[in-house]
Amino acid sequence: MKNAPIVGTSVPRREGRDKVTGHARYVDDMVLPGMLYGATVRSRIARGKINKFTFGAGIDWNAFVIVGPRDIPGKNCIALMEDDQPCLADGMVNHPEEALLLLAHPDRHLLPKAVEAVSIEYHPLPAIFTMEESEAQSQIIWGRDNIFKSYRIEKGDVDAVWQSADHIVEGEYTTGAQEQLYIENNGMIAAFDPQQGLTVWGSLQCPYYVHKALMKLLGLPADRVRVVQMETGGAFGGKEEYPSMIAAHAALLAMKAGKPVKIIYDRMEDMAATTKRHPSRTRHRTGVSKDGKILGGEIDFTLDGGAYKTLSPVVLSRGAIHAGGPYYWPCVQIRAKAVATNAPPHGAFRGFGAPQSLFAMERHMDRIAQVVGLSPVEIRRRNLLRPGQATTTGQTVAEQIDLPKLLDRALELSDYQSKKEQFAKANQQCTRKKGMGIAAFLHGAGFTGSGERFLGSVVGVEASADGSLRILVSSAEFGQGTNTVLCQIAAEALGIRYEDVGIAQPDTDQVPNSGPTVASRTVMVVGKLVASAALGIKETLAASGMLGDSYSPEEFRAACLAYVRKHGKFRSLAQYEQPDNIIWDEETYRGSAYAAFAWAVYIAEVTVDLTTYKVTLDDFVALQEIGKVLHPVLAKGQIIGGVAQGIGFALYEKVIWEQGRMQNGQMTNYIMPTSADLPSIRVYFEELGNIHGAYGAKGIGELPMDGPAPAIVNAVEDALRVPFHAIPLLPEDIFAALSESAAPDRVATSARGNE
Amino acid sequence: MTESPEARAKCEISITVNGKPETVQVHAMERLLDVLRHELGLTGTKEGCGEGECGSCSVLIDGVLVNSCLIPVLQANGAKIVTIEGLASNGHLQALQQSFLDCGGAQCGICTPGMILAAHYLLSKNPQPTLEEIREGLSGNLCRCTGYSQILEAVAEAARREAAT
Repeated sequence: MKNAPIVGTSVPRREGRDKVTGHARYVDDMVLPGMLYGATVRSRIARGKINKFTFGAGIDWNAFVIVGPRDIPGKNCIALMEDDQPCLADGMVNHPEEALLLLAHPDRHLLPKAVEAVSIEYHPLPAIFTMEESEAQSQIIWGRDNIFKSYRIEKGDVDAVWQSADHIVEGEYTTGAQEQLYIENNGMIAAFDPQQGLTVWGSLQCPYYVHKALMKLLGLPADRVRVVQMETGGAFGGKEEYPSMIAAHAALLAMKAGKPVKIIYDRMEDMAATTKRHPSRTRHRTGVSKDGKILGGEIDFTLDGGAYKTLSPVVLSRGAIHAGGPYYWPCVQIRAKAVATNAPPHGAFRGFGAPQSLFAMERHMDRIAQVVGLSPVEIRRRNLLRPGQATTTGQTVAEQIDLPKLLDRALELSDYQSKKEQFAKANQQCTRKKGMGIAAFLHGAGFTGSGERFLGSVVGVEASADGSLRILVSSAEFGQGTNTVLCQIAAEALGIRYEDVGIAQPDTDQVPNSGPTVASRTVMVVGKLVASAALGIKETLAASGMLGDSYSPEEFRAACLAYVRKHGKFRSLAQYEQPDNIIWDEETYRGSAYAAFAWAVYIAEVTVDLTTYKVTLDDFVALQEIGKVLHPVLAKGQIIGGVAQGIGFALYEKVIWEQGRMQNGQMTNYIMPTSADLPSIRVYFEELGNIHGAYGAKGIGELPMDGPAPAIVNAVEDALRVPFHAIPLLPEDIFAALSESAAPDRVATSARGNE
Repeated sequence: MTESPEARAKCEISITVNGKPETVQVHAMERLLDVLRHELGLTGTKEGCGEGECGSCSVLIDGVLVNSCLIPVLQANGAKIVTIEGLASNGHLQALQQSFLDCGGAQCGICTPGMILAAHYLLSKNPQPTLEEIREGLSGNLCRCTGYSQILEAVAEAARREAAT
């Protein structure tokens, strides 16, 4: 029996009712009997030795539980890629806000005063705060050379290009740190029972990352550590790695106190101490023919990783692989490195390196266009990848994606050509200058290269005692719609109703490791495994003779129930196996970097007011090919939300650093867009399908973060005829640039012709 | 253990929350937000920033929208307060709650209670707002997930549905 399709329809958000009634349970909503509150004493300097702590007068210290590095039973590290980041700094600090001591007390009101009352005597050491200082190695603060990781992607012989090129176009582009600014601050509760072991409940993306970190820190076996994800109020990458730190702190306090401990950060602590998007610097040197074809180039991509390695190597990898954009490079050399500075470690944030390198690529395309004398449209049209061509890592574009057609559709949707002409005329007479900007880009879905093979994610579907089905995954819901879409997929696979499928709360005692909830992988990779695990249930029922070929949802449930009554509840598991044609060489960085790319063209229409220097977005067209839209409302919500964060990245969100410390860690002075700041964001999809994804889906979570910044800054340049190479681009930056130089032809003079 | 200054200065506060009279013994300067969450167990009201910037802690005091993180509970003494838990009646979602569900107005859900109360307040003053009026009316409530579009749609949809009934 064929039921109406579920995939492709906008079924109600699974946990939506709880969210609109205030009943959804976030970690701060949870209270355990006898629970204490925890707080963190942090470094107030960027780098130095700790001589001693003094616990000041006026506080009854006996009433506090105090934890230092000596209280750590296992290894003092937050296990991730490398064990270089301590859980509590021991003798030496490497960045401001580094955790030194932990305090807990039953009265949460007393904690801020107690934290203040701990004075720390340091022997300060010289610190470094910029990528340039790190490269100059005036101080070695990490390893032998301050370099966390470097990569080289090579295709063809770039040296041969410089002679034959008609133009050599150079440019340097930078992006700033960006705070994820989830509205729910980080938080964790830990409880320890000598028999049962440790349980933590928290706001997080990756239950098994926390699990792994706690095992190593506490020296506990896997079955004595349990991690439960509570409803999570936004994450965007910001709750990928740092929750392991907070869980570790809560766990240490709970173990010493013998009572549960809750740690909830306030906004300022969350902003100052936790990860942000890596600041970046990208240098392009591109050889171009006189008809606008890219002949080859060099791209130097550098990230500021902060004081510890954490995830910088993988952020760097994704940034490097995306650095060439959606263009055909006959030859290219991409040199990427992540360097250490004495700032809190930078980390995962939606896009994961790609928004940085794609900002550079798409600004650089406009620069190339000017040097060659072509329009931004034409320079892109002549260089966009075509099916059969190879990307910078040598991955052949196997799908029938027609990027020039995607570009044309975006131009039409935005009324690009006629607006360009109209603005060019009108701008001559007014102080409100208008402009149009384009960004063409791609985003790889899933872990890079062999990452998914190494993860080997496992997904379960379980027939419960009452005959209902439950999906078992560690993939977390934090707004994107994980719960909803995975239930849709299972229901579709089995031909039953959406309402007939449930999903377990991510709890490492209950669910297998389906991998971290990152990298735009959940729907594509985990979703496909959910479909296959669901089919396993059907096969078991069919093999037992309890389910025929054709059945109604009621018959399916009855068969499940009959089976469970006879044999007990049962699970079907599915594990990821990398398809044979996805081959990646980690040594040479060549091969299939991603199982699928989503493709997009975004167009921004802006007004720059030369009285206030404010940039206003008048229209924004977001057109993308994402394989298959599984839930139109959620997919549209992902795109608009990502574009809004991209607009913040471009025009609003500036982290002010002073000696490695964020100075504006409040929502009053770190400004994200409000409902009054954003234009209507028009979202359009194309659907080519994808053999590697559930029902043809590709990942879409990160894609919309990549395009807005370059599209907007390209539009600002179009309006003002002055180039900008750095974001965030604030009114004062525009004012400064216009004051500094009224000469509109600086671009051309800084690009060297090779005649 | 010494008694904290907060504990010494407790006073009796009476408020009506979602139609139910409540009396609590708290420090006069305790934030209304904390009284709702800690004393009354009404955890639907969320804290995002603690300084009146994000609007996640929005509630109504005598029909007026406020950030409950900025209100010392003494100021609310004797007042009628409505929180997100007070909107649905007998398990029936209020029009706004339903439209937030239908239009994708709630993603991670942390801003949702405050956003719905701000929208509720807006519609109580202006039952048929224009899109611009909705944008303006909700500009005190930050949402990091949605980019606001589907929230604005949800509010417009609720207004339409209310007008149709």
